[in-house]
Amino acid sequence: MAVKQIIDVSPQETAIAEHLNARENLSLIGGIRGLAKEEVKKRSEDLLEMVGLTKRAKEQVRKFSGGMKRRLSIAMALVSDPQVLFLDEPTLGLDPQSRRGIWEHIAELKGKKTIVLTTHYLEEADALADRIAIIDEGKIVALGTPQELKDSISDMQVMVVRAKNLPPDVIEGLKEIYPEVKATENGIEIRAKELSFYEIVDYLRPRGVAIQSIYLKQPTLDDVFLHLTGKELRE
Amino acid sequence: MRFAELAIRNFKEMLRDPMHMGLEIGIPAGFLVIFWSLGRSMGGESFFTTAMLIPGIAVFGFTFLLMFSAMTLSRDRESALLSRLLTAPLKPRDFILSYSLPYIPMVVLQIAVCFGIGALLGLEMPGNAGLAFLALLVMGICSVELGMILGLLFNVNQSSAVGSVIITLVALLGGIWIDLEAIGGVFYSIGNALPFAHAIDAARDAMIGAGFSSIATDFYWVLGYTLVFFALGTFLFRWRMVE
Repeated sequence: MAVKQIIDVSPQETAIAEHLNARENLSLIGGIRGLAKEEVKKRSEDLLEMVGLTKRAKEQVRKFSGGMKRRLSIAMALVSDPQVLFLDEPTLGLDPQSRRGIWEHIAELKGKKTIVLTTHYLEEADALADRIAIIDEGKIVALGTPQELKDSISDMQVMVVRAKNLPPDVIEGLKEIYPEVKATENGIEIRAKELSFYEIVDYLRPRGVAIQSIYLKQPTLDDVFLHLTGKELRE
Repeated sequence: MRFAELAIRNFKEMLRDPMHMGLEIGIPAGFLVIFWSLGRSMGGESFFTTAMLIPGIAVFGFTFLLMFSAMTLSRDRESALLSRLLTAPLKPRDFILSYSLPYIPMVVLQIAVCFGIGALLGLEMPGNAGLAFLALLVMGICSVELGMILGLLFNVNQSSAVGSVIITLVALLGGIWIDLEAIGGVFYSIGNALPFAHAIDAARDAMIGAGFSSIATDFYWVLGYTLVFFALGTFLFRWRMVE
């Protein structure tokens, strides 16, 4: 019970009361957490303003878009002004604009609250987190700042190949030279400590692969995850 | 009284669901008129007199409350709203009360609708309406508490399906449409063990003049089930919280 007094949570699914309006949802959470009515009212108005829902505050939330519901869900987690805030996949399934908006709200809270955010989007963790724990099959496999994690594979090179006609057997064959090859939407990404531009081109071209572009890039947290776990991110 | 906020929310959810409200009021009202009409066309069979019909139809209406209360709780469990609410410093008993209490006004309304329409249809009631009302009220609360148990055990679809089965069973074994003593045998024993027939008997007896001492056994039978269902619901809620 003591812990419950200082935490709040915004679950992965949109955990809101559909037949209530936005203001009533905030009052509900404030009420069950024992806040005074006046305090709830003031905080609700501030939070509605923060998440841009003031004009829709009297509408039943079942009419809201997914992004609006998610914003309200985060606001509900903030009504009690918790010391520790748990955000579970706060932008899952949202369009880029809504996602960006929620990122801005979370960024505003940094320094004011301890936020524990779980996400499958590593660019989200990169943009928002001070410290990141990468968890694979229930175990922490890496822990550090985004830069520390990227530095942990700083000796790795990542080559991006955009290409057409990349059959699976060609990718499998390339894995015999470079074990970490990831198929992407437009081609492949290859990770290794030493990458040879010529070796890759000489391997792909004779096999009928039409290379559109090929370049080296800085490792991202996706690369860190793939390197540490040996697998793609999954739900 | 933190749970009052959640109870108010659940009450609002119920009021703002037109289908829910329509069925809760429409079913007992509609059935009462239909069976009263049938009774008249059959020449005034005693079973179809309004005094005999009202308790049975009220209890039949409660079974729908049972199903809807179960579905409300299941839906909150599935939508993760309950996960969020569980992080608040509330006890399992508070949660059960929050989900049960909003249905009590609906129980009262259903009974009132049955009595009101009964009066319009020419109900003659020499007995104690207040006592009949009380017996039905306890049965209504008992049904809602059973709904809590279903809501904690099953998802929305399952709650709907199990609720439908219970509605059918109560119709058959609750002494609503069929006299249990006339059925006899194992069905009589099952029906007699459950609270529904006792509630109907208590209300019917009160309506034709019996005092509390005459209906006490039936009344306490229903009250006992209500308390057991409440305790079981609280236990299941604690189990779900730990889970």
